[in-house]
Amino acid sequence: MSIQGISRRDVLKTLAMSAAGGSVLQVIPLEAAELAHQMVKKQKAAAPAGRYSPKYFTPKQYETLISLCDTIIPKDEKSGGAVEAGAPEFIDLLTSENEEFQGRLGGGLMWLDTYCIDHYGKTYMECAPEQRKEVADLIAYRKNAKATPELHQGVAFFAFLRNMTCDGFYTSKIGIEDLQYIGNVTRSEWPGCPPLPE
Amino acid sequence: MAAKVLTEGGLNVVMLEAGPQVYPEKDYKMLMWPYELPHRGAGVGGRASEDFGEFLAPNGAWDIEGEPYTSAPGANFRWFRSRIVGGRTNHWGRIALRFAPVDFQSKTRDGLGDDWPITYEDLAPYYDKVESYIGVFGTKENVSSAPDGVFLPPPKPRCTEILIKKACDKLNITCIPARLAILTKAHNGRLPCHYCGQCGRGCTTASNFSSSQVLIPPAMATGKLTLITGAMAREIVMSKDGKAEAVSYIDKASKTEKRVYAKAIVVAASACESARLLLNSKSTLFPDGLGNSTGNVGKYLTDSVGSDGWGEIPALEKMPPHNHDGVGGMHYYVPWWKFDRKNDFPRGYHIELWGGRDMPGVGMFDGLCRDEEGYGVQLKRRARQVYGTTVGFSGRGEMIPNPETYCELDPDRVDQWGIPILRFHFKWSEYELRQAKDMQETFKSIIEMMGGTYKTKTRIDGQYPFGILPGGKIIHEVGTARMGADARTSVLNGYCQTHDVKNVFVTDGAPLVTNPDKNPTLTIMALSWRASEYILDEAKKGNI
Repeated sequence: MSIQGISRRDVLKTLAMSAAGGSVLQVIPLEAAELAHQMVKKQKAAAPAGRYSPKYFTPKQYETLISLCDTIIPKDEKSGGAVEAGAPEFIDLLTSENEEFQGRLGGGLMWLDTYCIDHYGKTYMECAPEQRKEVADLIAYRKNAKATPELHQGVAFFAFLRNMTCDGFYTSKIGIEDLQYIGNVTRSEWPGCPPLPE
Repeated sequence: MAAKVLTEGGLNVVMLEAGPQVYPEKDYKMLMWPYELPHRGAGVGGRASEDFGEFLAPNGAWDIEGEPYTSAPGANFRWFRSRIVGGRTNHWGRIALRFAPVDFQSKTRDGLGDDWPITYEDLAPYYDKVESYIGVFGTKENVSSAPDGVFLPPPKPRCTEILIKKACDKLNITCIPARLAILTKAHNGRLPCHYCGQCGRGCTTASNFSSSQVLIPPAMATGKLTLITGAMAREIVMSKDGKAEAVSYIDKASKTEKRVYAKAIVVAASACESARLLLNSKSTLFPDGLGNSTGNVGKYLTDSVGSDGWGEIPALEKMPPHNHDGVGGMHYYVPWWKFDRKNDFPRGYHIELWGGRDMPGVGMFDGLCRDEEGYGVQLKRRARQVYGTTVGFSGRGEMIPNPETYCELDPDRVDQWGIPILRFHFKWSEYELRQAKDMQETFKSIIEMMGGTYKTKTRIDGQYPFGILPGGKIIHEVGTARMGADARTSVLNGYCQTHDVKNVFVTDGAPLVTNPDKNPTLTIMALSWRASEYILDEAKKGNI
């Protein structure tokens, strides 16, 4: 079976040429690809170079968000982490557009600082790394909320943020490559399943 | 469908479309990566997740601003609408299944519901025509609940599907190649599938079926089709001689009322939208709405019974990374296989298969996060390990019409165009709940036969026992202007013509008398083709 992942532009070009003969369609896939590329370029150009300025979170909150995203999905020996993958920007954008998210994440970050001040006398970001880990270990598991009711809101906040961090990470190029997803290409035929391991 | 057959038959047709034109090359997000969009597929405020994500072909949604609908207390009906040329065929799952002979004779079979005024044999030539024209892949299997059709060759199974089939074989569950309106070979001037697995986004090469790309272009080519977009049909206007003479519509751009006159009117706005138009077409002759002289418009509403489940299969962890995309949808499926025995619910269901190494997307790891909790490198490793090992099932079964399930005009409210809106009533009966229970048990048995862990947890009580989905969620709502031999209990005759007014036809899901476990689209197209030939014939005879 000779299947290669040719570039999408090449394939679309081929499709466009073969589509010209006798098709009922008036679509030109090459133009479609061109349009998509331009859209992305425009979006990238619109973002100022350098530092991202958050749309919803305050600069201090955003720092905390970055730190939490990094805790949830850090860099490891195989790939970069959620921060490099753009998860904080993604979360900030969605939160800026959704009141429910604002309550859960904006409010959640304030809960976290209040909790840290109550227990350590300082905000989460001012806490020592061991202290931050202690808090994270508490709010990362539902069973702790059962044992300690005051953690309920923290556990709910962390679970929500964990989902969104995974969304941000696994929809990025880094995350998709981390999972070794191979696809989103055009192919001339479908070869079926490679041999199943015994 | 009607526009193509009628224009090719020589008639002039004006088509009113409530939404805009579709431009595949610009509107379809084929081959885009999530990171090419700022919202990564989640949509503004993350809200597109409910509407099948931001990559879905445009203008299909559960809620449309300014065009609400209401649900009676406890009904929680969800109504998906596609305001765009080609409508839901831009979005649908491309599952193209014929109804079986027995599906047309339900009352004779088990005393429930009603028989159709037509038989499988009446419709079979039109199934042939539709399949031959649009292109459907599949295999001849001789399964009596799932008649064979005119098929293109099917794609080979994915790894997940090979394992599911092995397990099904051991359990004596029939598992066969799926039947989807996707081209595995060049067909009628359209290119074959390029296996990106993204049919729901819309296909710029029209290698899958949509009305906008496959039916409208040939109708346009006749020079006899006038397409008016942004036109919200409000009322069918009656003449003094008891015939329909025009459609009044709101031109959305100018917010003004306009009118188009015609010798015959074909309503195909989707089952409930068509019911709404008929109910809103009140005249001195038909004070309760056109076609509604016996009060049947909006009644007999059904959706498919839906319940889903999934599990993790450790055997798949050993699979090397590979391209799993295939066509946009399952390559194999389970047709209703227990038709030859006594079950504790009437009728049946089919099972759709999914899972494997899909393109990562928003929400993919919600289940993992919930189960694993924690954070850090451990969570990341676990995601790597389980990615691609998930397999899932969607059971889709037949609902029996019941008197507590229907739509009607909301007495108090109008939409932003001033048109009275629909209010839905919906109730699952014991029949459907037992079917959902059977689905869950079957899913679990297949997963366990595969050596996996079944992850879906359902309750036996509450609003949605056994994971049964809210009414409307499967987007197979039909029956709201059903056909029948008896004008006292139906709205249309066997040619989709209203009993009340002989130049008004309804050709979407509304005419369906039963809603068997086969997705309705193929049958809707076959009925529409048949009705359109009848219209051509009647026009020739001067009856319309």
